[in-house]
Amino acid sequence: MKYIRGFFLFWYDFLIGDAWEVAAGVVLALIFIYLLLHYAAGTSIEVTSAILFPVIVVALLTFSIWRVRKPR
Amino acid sequence: MTTAFLIGLLSSFLASAVEVVEAVTLVLAAGVTRGWRSAWIGVGTATLALAAIVLALGPTLRTVIPLDVLRIVVGTLLLIFGLQWLRKAIMRYTGMKALHDEERIYATEVQQLRSEPVAASPGSIDWTAFTVSFKAVLLEGLEVVFIVITFGLSAGDMLPAIIGAVAAAIIVVAIAFAVHEPLSRVPENSLKYVVGIMLTGFGTFWAGEGIGLEWPGQDLAILGLMAFFLLWSGALIMLLRRPAQGEEAATSA
Repeated sequence: MKYIRGFFLFWYDFLIGDAWEVAAGVVLALIFIYLLLHYAAGTSIEVTSAILFPVIVVALLTFSIWRVRKPR
Repeated sequence: MTTAFLIGLLSSFLASAVEVVEAVTLVLAAGVTRGWRSAWIGVGTATLALAAIVLALGPTLRTVIPLDVLRIVVGTLLLIFGLQWLRKAIMRYTGMKALHDEERIYATEVQQLRSEPVAASPGSIDWTAFTVSFKAVLLEGLEVVFIVITFGLSAGDMLPAIIGAVAAAIIVVAIAFAVHEPLSRVPENSLKYVVGIMLTGFGTFWAGEGIGLEWPGQDLAILGLMAFFLLWSGALIMLLRRPAQGEEAATSA
């Protein structure tokens, strides 16, 4: 049991580490963009999604760093 | 050679170089304090294990999992992994996280290893040296294997990633052999920053493709994404960088 737990803890630490919000945010962003692409109307939805997705990625990165930033 | 091939090779090369530098520090400590024979056996065993993982996992995953699902999963993992590297590199640049100090790690490891009892007879394996070397190469190597497999599965070709990883390992080990000390002058954080940008760019591209997003400009969109992430992260570093303690004292005086 200890080894199984250790195995999963290793992979959790490897992929997610101390920033769970990055992993959760990426998954939610993908779900959002998927829904936008497949269910939203509009001819420019492809272009909008292609711009929106990277913007969400940098917003996630910024939020994650802001969370750990100590006030000066 | 396509853009994806070249960037895949370069990303794998840089990521592998960083990981090999970290592994070399620990292997060097084990070899110098406990003997090179046992350290090299540990390195060789771990390398074979890593090669087996790449050769077994890559083709198996492609056969067992449908391509569409594989692309989404692999792209998502690569994006998360890339963002982690990028996040940590930015935090080191801005002083929120300490830089990786190979000399300090080497000194600590040497001190620890010297306190352990040495193997009874000269011909037998020193299991401490073996374990330290094996663990160092395996753990650092797993990150390389992850990049090789995710790149290979997403790009449909493992070759550039494998070439990059092997080339980096050969070059870094050769340099370490020549200087015979921890490679503390390697700009590790800069390399991790660049690799983070590349992995985040690739991960965004492939995860997006996986969910049906058609990127304008096809493969060239990867370069556009990397440029965007580079500009944004550069701006973050400039905004958040903390002055050194000397500068703070001068400005407050």
